[in-house]
Amino acid sequence: MSEYLISARGLTKKFGDFTAVNSIDFDVSKGESFGLLGPNGAGKSTVMRMIGATSQRNAGDLTILGKDPELNGPQIRAHLGVVPQQDSLDMHLSVSENLYIYGRYFGLPRKFVKGKIEELLTFAQLEEKRDAKVEALSGGMKRRLTIARALVSEPEILMLDEPTTGLDPQARHILWDRLFRLKEQGVTLVITTHFMDEAEQLCDRLIVMDKGSIMAEGSPASLIKDYSTKEVLEVRFGSDRNQEVADKLRAMCERIEELPDRVLMYTEDGEALLEKIYASGLHPKTSLVRRSSLEDVFLRLTGRTLIE
Amino acid sequence: MSIPTVRQGSLQLIDTAKTRSRGALYVAEARIRTMVKWIGIIFAIAIANPVLYLISVGIGLGGLIDKSVGPAGVDGVKYLTFLAPALLAQAAIQGTMDETVFPTIEGFKWNRTFYSMNSTPLSGAQIPIGVFLAALFRAFYTVLLYFGVMWAFGALESPHAWLAIPTSIFAGASFGALMQSVAAKLEDENYFFVVLGRFIMMPLFLFSGTFFPLTSMPFFLQWIGWISPLWHATELGRYLTYGHAISPTLMWVHFAVLVTMLVSGLILSARMFTKRLAK
Repeated sequence: MSEYLISARGLTKKFGDFTAVNSIDFDVSKGESFGLLGPNGAGKSTVMRMIGATSQRNAGDLTILGKDPELNGPQIRAHLGVVPQQDSLDMHLSVSENLYIYGRYFGLPRKFVKGKIEELLTFAQLEEKRDAKVEALSGGMKRRLTIARALVSEPEILMLDEPTTGLDPQARHILWDRLFRLKEQGVTLVITTHFMDEAEQLCDRLIVMDKGSIMAEGSPASLIKDYSTKEVLEVRFGSDRNQEVADKLRAMCERIEELPDRVLMYTEDGEALLEKIYASGLHPKTSLVRRSSLEDVFLRLTGRTLIE
Repeated sequence: MSIPTVRQGSLQLIDTAKTRSRGALYVAEARIRTMVKWIGIIFAIAIANPVLYLISVGIGLGGLIDKSVGPAGVDGVKYLTFLAPALLAQAAIQGTMDETVFPTIEGFKWNRTFYSMNSTPLSGAQIPIGVFLAALFRAFYTVLLYFGVMWAFGALESPHAWLAIPTSIFAGASFGALMQSVAAKLEDENYFFVVLGRFIMMPLFLFSGTFFPLTSMPFFLQWIGWISPLWHATELGRYLTYGHAISPTLMWVHFAVLVTMLVSGLILSARMFTKRLAK
């Protein structure tokens, strides 16, 4: 068995003429928190379904827990916890029944599952909702239940497809906290997201995907270091003037990105750059100096923002 | 604050061999748990349907018919006795269909629960088999209640009448399996229920020798009976409840048609589910 839990070489998936995933390579080590970052339609979910041993590849090699998912689907799935993009909970059953039946699908003994339910309800902060119908839960609660459900079999790898999409900020932070605890326990996480802050919070290492290909790979910090500057100065001159001043601004720093509503200026020292702008006689309506983020990396790599 | 212990030993407890042999039963268990939530409604339908039909058509219309045809009766018996086995099979068909078609569309589309089932060791083929087995449970419950009402109305004449219970469930199973494979293929269910209700269920119910012998229909309409599981089960039910005459060959034909529908429905369902889940 290789040292990696997941290993992909030339992994390719086509739907008819459309190539959703185009010959990508990556490895995930034990205990690692691995992220797939990219806009909608980048191929992240397709990769997840292939790792999840439900969707089969068209070309390349894929090894999960030392096995080929094409030949050993059920054996691999027995050790995965999957949190799909849509919760796909059984709406007619109660919270605890959802956990129970899911545990049974793994062939786990009733007694074990019943004990596990108590633990998972506490983890998901759903103790008081144990007998509530799933229909009646809030979005954040449903998401936590879906994560709890994926943990019922104590998986080797927990796979989360956009775990916090559609949740309010408070619910997201509760969820991040829960995931961080699992990570501390040594659970291998595979996460897709189009939120940069989520990737920065949760991922040790990530691949940036666009149109089925990998654009870059590394830790959030190393990606920022390699593909962006230390700081970013955001200036707004009003949407009609941004274009006009862009050429002048370009001469003042390493690189700029013109967005419809603002200009991003990449520099090692944002404050100093801002002073330089004022000294040149330009007066932006608003300005903001911030640290570079993965959003900037993505913009650099693809020329597009992550959420359009 | 408690955190789930990651290694408590489930690795040793997870048993893929167990899921391989019993997976469909786990799915059936989940479905039956859902049905139990609606058991009141299922009970009401199972009782109200036969009572309403047997009173209005069986006794009301039947009274008129019995008076005009005289003591020879319809097929040698009271109209109520003639009608009852058809209604019994129809109840099984309707019940099985409700529990295969709706959960299938729901599992693929409305809730996507089949996708979460398939991310466990369960295979794509085990899911429809589990849903189907649970549907049989509903059919059994419905048919048993229906049979009780028929007995109360005095519609059973033969001591072998109880054998109409399995033949009715058999018809439900055949049609339910076939409709499940159709539902598994549906991407867009918008017109499906209109078509299913008006152009499939209604003609089958009316033209399967339900209210009159198939032979009294114009010849060009009789084919509906031949492809209808309802007619085959009704013929068997009439033989069992009051001794309706069937040649041994025809008896085998009835069984063969139902078995063919059942087996092909299950094979098609397993294939459709596997294919759609693996997309």
